[in-house]
Amino acid sequence: MTLENEQPVGTSLGSVEDNLSQPGPEPSVREGKKELRDLFADVGEHTEELILNMGPQHPATHGVLRIVLRLNGETIEEAVPDIGYLHRGIEKLAEKWTYPMVLPVIDRMDYLSVATNEFVYAMAVEKLLGVEVPARGQYIRVIMSELSRIASHLIFFATFTLDMGAITPFLYGLREREYIMNLFEMVAGARLTLSYFRVGGVREDVPDGFKEKCLEYCDIQEKMLKEYDQLFTGNRIAVHRMRDLSILPPDVGLGYGASGPTLRASGVAYDVRKSEPYSGYENFDFNVATRTEGDSYARYLVRLDEIGESLKIIRQAVNNLPDGPYMAKVPRVIKPPAGEAVVHIEAPRGDTGVYLVSDGSTNPYRMKWRAPTFNHVSMLPYMLKGYKIADSVIIGGSIDVVLGEVDR
Amino acid sequence: MTALFQWAADLISSLPKGWVVLLAALLKSIVIVLFVILNVMFMVWLERKVSARIQRRIGPNRVGRFGMWQLIADTVKLLGKEDIIPSMVDRWLFVLAPLVVFATSFLIWVVMPLGPNWETPANLNVGVLYLAAVTSFTILGVFMSGWGSNNKYSVVSSMRAAAVMMSYEIPQVLAVMAVAMVAGSLSLTDIVGAQSKVWYILLQPLAFIIFFISSFAELNRTPFDLAEAESELIAGYNVEYSGLRFAFFFLAEYANLLAMSALMATLFLGGWRPLFPLPGPIWFWGPVWFVAKTYFFVLLNMWVKWTLPRIRIDQLMEFCWKFLLPLSLLNIALTGLVVLARV
Repeated sequence: MTLENEQPVGTSLGSVEDNLSQPGPEPSVREGKKELRDLFADVGEHTEELILNMGPQHPATHGVLRIVLRLNGETIEEAVPDIGYLHRGIEKLAEKWTYPMVLPVIDRMDYLSVATNEFVYAMAVEKLLGVEVPARGQYIRVIMSELSRIASHLIFFATFTLDMGAITPFLYGLREREYIMNLFEMVAGARLTLSYFRVGGVREDVPDGFKEKCLEYCDIQEKMLKEYDQLFTGNRIAVHRMRDLSILPPDVGLGYGASGPTLRASGVAYDVRKSEPYSGYENFDFNVATRTEGDSYARYLVRLDEIGESLKIIRQAVNNLPDGPYMAKVPRVIKPPAGEAVVHIEAPRGDTGVYLVSDGSTNPYRMKWRAPTFNHVSMLPYMLKGYKIADSVIIGGSIDVVLGEVDR
Repeated sequence: MTALFQWAADLISSLPKGWVVLLAALLKSIVIVLFVILNVMFMVWLERKVSARIQRRIGPNRVGRFGMWQLIADTVKLLGKEDIIPSMVDRWLFVLAPLVVFATSFLIWVVMPLGPNWETPANLNVGVLYLAAVTSFTILGVFMSGWGSNNKYSVVSSMRAAAVMMSYEIPQVLAVMAVAMVAGSLSLTDIVGAQSKVWYILLQPLAFIIFFISSFAELNRTPFDLAEAESELIAGYNVEYSGLRFAFFFLAEYANLLAMSALMATLFLGGWRPLFPLPGPIWFWGPVWFVAKTYFFVLLNMWVKWTLPRIRIDQLMEFCWKFLLPLSLLNIALTGLVVLARV
């Protein structure tokens, strides 16, 4: 049987390597392998590098991400991510629709954290219109987006542990997410794609009993976080596999435009909620979860810590939910004056931004989405180089990719 | 009725001696095959239920009471599948591999003492060596399937499987050697016989731990299930298989788990020897104890499998060669000293 050295179409395998400065984790080992190969060459045998396609149909690439790996044995010599399998042209579609019509489609960007998508889009339109959201509306938005953040991080926990072969924590993570889905259903009627935010506020007020249910959930989640730690965080095999894996130095992370937990795990305490507070985040007492190690374990721990911080915010917001209107006075037909707006917020995966241009009509002239995981995927060649195939899924999981957002 | 028995006894005694031995071996083989297959079917159901409970699910509960007929339903489904042989595979290896894996999973039972009066079909006086030989057959089948599938994932997986299984064979055999040294025999029947006073899990705790850890690698189960690591290699060596051929791999995994658990029960927990005496004949309770001890290890294995994440290949090899192997050699040296001192 021969393994053909097939060159994937449209992907140059030489160019990426030139841009990388990091030599990989164990240069001595790699040198040794080369010597071994030369040894075989002398006796008439030869070894070849193996090109392996990870994805787009692969259970561990979190969607339809395709990574072309050039392998020496099990070691990754080069990795080239190939995106675009989930491209739906949402940015272009937005130009054909009126401002409110775009909102439900925005849900399909980062489908694991729907509320933050709607949040940033609604904020951009409000900025164009010059509308101020009333306090109650702002607080409800904060609650929904923090619940969304927890749901997203739970999915991260679930799939990340699954990437390491532990199947049980996967179901634990999804079980707690179910509470959030029920809360969403209670408020918005939908479980995943909410369409709950509106330009100027939210669609409707939170129903009776939401406050109690929400606080009840916070207590359950707090307890379960300890259970996750018992089940997985302290597990020696898990720690052994994650620690020192794919260390991302802060300057490299910043250079690639990384943000969110991925960057905060490298010691950069950058959080839009703190640096440019929006929607009343300045009223809440919470910490920015930060680690300095920069490895996969740190990225994992930062996300778990963030669940705790989000619970804090939700408790404060629910307990201090102000009275008053939940929606500002907005004209029936939204027709912002010509101009442009740039808004960014802290989504679960990082700094999500939108650039909206209005030409004075009912449709956006241009919408540009800044997806944090797009930058994170572009770091993959740097982060994967020199590690094993088994590590590739952990590293890919630790940056928490959602392809809906990358491809748009 | 008595006349019928008399007639059968007469018939058997009138046969030449060789025929009787052959007939007995044949009957025993049928008993073994039925025993293994019934247990495997039960274990598939058990694993689904146990894993469901660990994960706070209910598990199969639609087909029959407690979902007991789930495996029958699954088997019928797999039988109904189209038999696909991909065009680029090495046909001979591809077709043969599942059979090799499945058939060899029965071989251990040839020397396994199931009860006090059970004469094994082949009472080999080198039973332990035979075990070491037949447990490595699985590697052959796995490697054949991985290589024959002509799939990159399968090749990587079968390389891993070969490396892992061969490495872990060594500490495992060394652990069994220590047991054989204490028992003074290589025959499994004699090893059980030697455990009349104290079980070897107390005399050879180190050997037990080494054997237990190695058994996970040998069985390809989490945390050492690198060969079928579904997160990176999808399903590993059996990724190209479907239908009944896949079912063979699936069932062989459980047959091997049963065999390995039975082996641990025999070597370290005294096989069919009772933990406490029960009223009634030992020929009845012996096999019951044996099965109970076997299922103790089966459940232990499932518990570990559904709790731990998977270890990485280089970490696994490091663990084997730098930790388990020296430990098992140390164990042999200690055992040797003790055995010498006693003589």
